[in-house]
Amino acid sequence: MSEPQDRIENKSRRSFVGAAAVAGASAGVAALAPGLKLIEVAGAAPRAPGEPASSAVRWGMLIDTTKCASGCDACVKACATENGINETVKDPRQGSQWIRKIDLKDPKTGQEYSLPMLCQHCEHPPCVDVCPTGASMKRADGIVLVDRHICIGCRYCMMACPYKARSLVHMPLTEQNPLVPRGQGCVEACTFCVQRVDRGQQPACVEACPEKAMLFGNLNDPNSEIAQRVAKEKTTQVRADLKLNLGVRYQGI
Amino acid sequence: MQSALTQRLRIPNFYWLAAIGAIISAAGTLAAFYMEHHGHQVTGMNNQVFWGLPHVFAIFLIVGASGVLNVASIGTVFGKKVYKPRGPLSGLLAITMLAAGLFVIMLDLGRADRLIVAMTHVNWTSVFGWNMVLYPVFFGLVGLYVWLLLDRKMYAYSKAAGTAAFIWRLVMTTGTGSIFGFVVARQAYNSAIIAPMFIIMSFAWGLAMFLIFQAAMYKWEGSQLDEEIRQRLNKLLGTFVAAVAYFVVVYHLTNLYYAKQTAFETFILVSGGIYPQLFWGGFVVVGTILPLLFVFVPALRSMASSSVLASIFTILGGLAFLYVFIIGGQAYPLEMFPGMEVKSSFFDGVVDPYVPSLPEFLLSIGGFGLFFLLSLIVVQILPFMPQDDMAQLRASGALQD
Ligand code: SF4
Ligand code: SF4
Repeated sequence: MSEPQDRIENKSRRSFVGAAAVAGASAGVAALAPGLKLIEVAGAAPRAPGEPASSAVRWGMLIDTTKCASGCDACVKACATENGINETVKDPRQGSQWIRKIDLKDPKTGQEYSLPMLCQHCEHPPCVDVCPTGASMKRADGIVLVDRHICIGCRYCMMACPYKARSLVHMPLTEQNPLVPRGQGCVEACTFCVQRVDRGQQPACVEACPEKAMLFGNLNDPNSEIAQRVAKEKTTQVRADLKLNLGVRYQGI
Repeated sequence: MQSALTQRLRIPNFYWLAAIGAIISAAGTLAAFYMEHHGHQVTGMNNQVFWGLPHVFAIFLIVGASGVLNVASIGTVFGKKVYKPRGPLSGLLAITMLAAGLFVIMLDLGRADRLIVAMTHVNWTSVFGWNMVLYPVFFGLVGLYVWLLLDRKMYAYSKAAGTAAFIWRLVMTTGTGSIFGFVVARQAYNSAIIAPMFIIMSFAWGLAMFLIFQAAMYKWEGSQLDEEIRQRLNKLLGTFVAAVAYFVVVYHLTNLYYAKQTAFETFILVSGGIYPQLFWGGFVVVGTILPLLFVFVPALRSMASSSVLASIFTILGGLAFLYVFIIGGQAYPLEMFPGMEVKSSFFDGVVDPYVPSLPEFLLSIGGFGLFFLLSLIVVQILPFMPQDDMAQLRASGALQD
C-alpha cells in the first residue's frame, strides 16, 4: 500500500507508460517533466519515454488457431515471466490471468480448437466507458491499459468486459518487474507488453510461441504483414455482434 | 399555521441499543480493514464473481434509500395528509440508508483508501461516475427538505424542496439500475427494463424499512399507531410488492422470448442450485407471497405484528432477488463462443461456486448496523416521532383519500 509508485499521480494519460517506466527504473519522479514535446511516430519504431503514443498506429494481433496446439502454454508462461506475475495463489480463481488458453469443441462436428484469449484491445472498449475514475484508458495507438495509480478497484470494468480479460489483484505483491507496475486491489489486464512494444519489440507471448501462431503489428499500416493478411484472409472477431472492433483477430474458428 | 408534525422521542435503553448498533458497524469496519490488509483473497470473491455479498447489501440499501423517501413524497408532492407527519422520518431514513449503503460499497473497493481519487477523477461516460454526483446531491436535497419540514417558519418552502428531492431520487435509482442495464456483455443485465424495475423495487424495499423503523419508534414511545393508518401503509406495501413481482415476471419473460437467453434463464430458474432455490424460495415465497398474505388476508392483516412481518419478508425477498441477480449473473459463465463447448485454465464455461466468507458477511451486516445506529441517534436527539391528529384527519376525510 505504500510503495513509492503510489505517490506518482500521472496527470497525462498519454505519458502513462513512459512515466511508469521511468518511475520504476529510478525511484525518482523528477524525470517526468511536463510539457515534453509531442512527436508523432509511425510504424513500430521505438518510443522514447515521455513521447506520446501515436494515433497513426493501431496495434493488433492475428492469432491462427490452426497452428495453436492444445496443451501448449508457452505464451502464458512467457507473459507471466515478462510481467512479473509470480505470486503464489491459493485459489486459482483468484489469480491474475492476462492471457489464458481456451479449448473449444464444436459438439456438432466434433472439431476441436485451441486458442489464447487475452484483452482484445477493443477500439470501443466497454471497460473504458464504465470506469468511474478514468483509470481504464485507451492509448492513441489502440492499447488499452489500466492506470494503476488511479484505479480504485471497483471491478466495474470486469463486469463490462465481454472476454473475462481482466483480473483483480487479490493479494499483496512482492518482487515486481519495475517496468510493469501492479498492485493489490487494482484491476489489470494484458497490455500487449507495452513496455516492449515501446522499445520496438514484440509482445512476449508472440515471441515465445513455438508454432508462430501469433502475429503482432500495426493494423493501420497497409504494408505491414498483419494488415495485409487481415485484408486478404478470413479472420474473426470474438463476439463480433457487440461491434467493439477488436484489436485481436482469430483465424480458423 | 402548521400544527406540530413531529415530536421528540425518549428512547428507553438508548445506550444499549446504540451499543448494539455500534458493535455491528464496528465489526463490519474491522472486517473491511482485514480485507484491505490481506486483499480480496480472504473473501469468497474471485475473478469471475468479483461483486459478492457486500454488493448485494450495498445495492439493497442504496436502492431502498431512494424508496424510503416515497412516504415523504406522497405527503408533500401528492398532498396526502396521512403521510405528512411521516415526511421528516422518511427523509431521515433515506439519508441514513444511503450513507450505510455507500459505507459498504466503499469499504469493499479494492483500494478503499482512494476515496479522494474517486471523487476527483470522474469519467462522465461512466454510470458509476454519474453516481459520484447523484449521491451527494441527494444527501443535500433531502437534508434541506427535512430541515424545511421541521422548521415551522420555513415549512412553506418544503413543497419545492420535496418535489426536487422526489425527481432527484427517481434519477438516482435509474442511475443505480443502469449500472447493470448498461452492461452489454452479460446475459443477465443487458435489458432496458432493469432501471424501471429497480425504481419499483426501491418503493417496496424502502417502505418495508420505514415500517419496521416506525414500528420500533412507536414501541419506544409506548404508544400505538392508529389502526386505520397502519392498514393504509400496509396496503401500500402490498401494492408495491405485487408491482415488483409483475416487473420480475416481465424481466424474465423478456430475457426468455426477446433476448433468447434460454440457457441463462434455465440456470437461474431451474438448474442452477442455490440460485433457483433463492429465487423461488426466497424471492417468490418469502419475499412476495408471504407479505401479500400478511397484507391482504383479513385474519393475518389484523395481527398487530402484520406490518413488521410483511416488511421483514419483503426485505428478505429483496436480498434474495439481488443475490440471484448480481451473483447468479456472474456465476453463469460468459458466452464468448456460442454453441461451442469451452474449457480453460481460467474456468471458462464453468459455473462459479461462490460462497461468501465471514468478513464479507460482517461487512454486509455492518451496513444495516450503521443504518440503525445513525437513525437511532438522530431520532433520540431531534423531533422525528410522527404525530397524527386523528380528529382532524377523520373530520377532513383524509383517512379515505
Ligand atoms: S477486451 Fe475487455 S479489457 Fe480488453 S479492451 Fe476490451 S473490454 Fe477492455
Ligand atoms: S476497477 Fe479500476 S480500472 Fe476497473 S473500472 Fe474500477 S477504477 Fe476503473
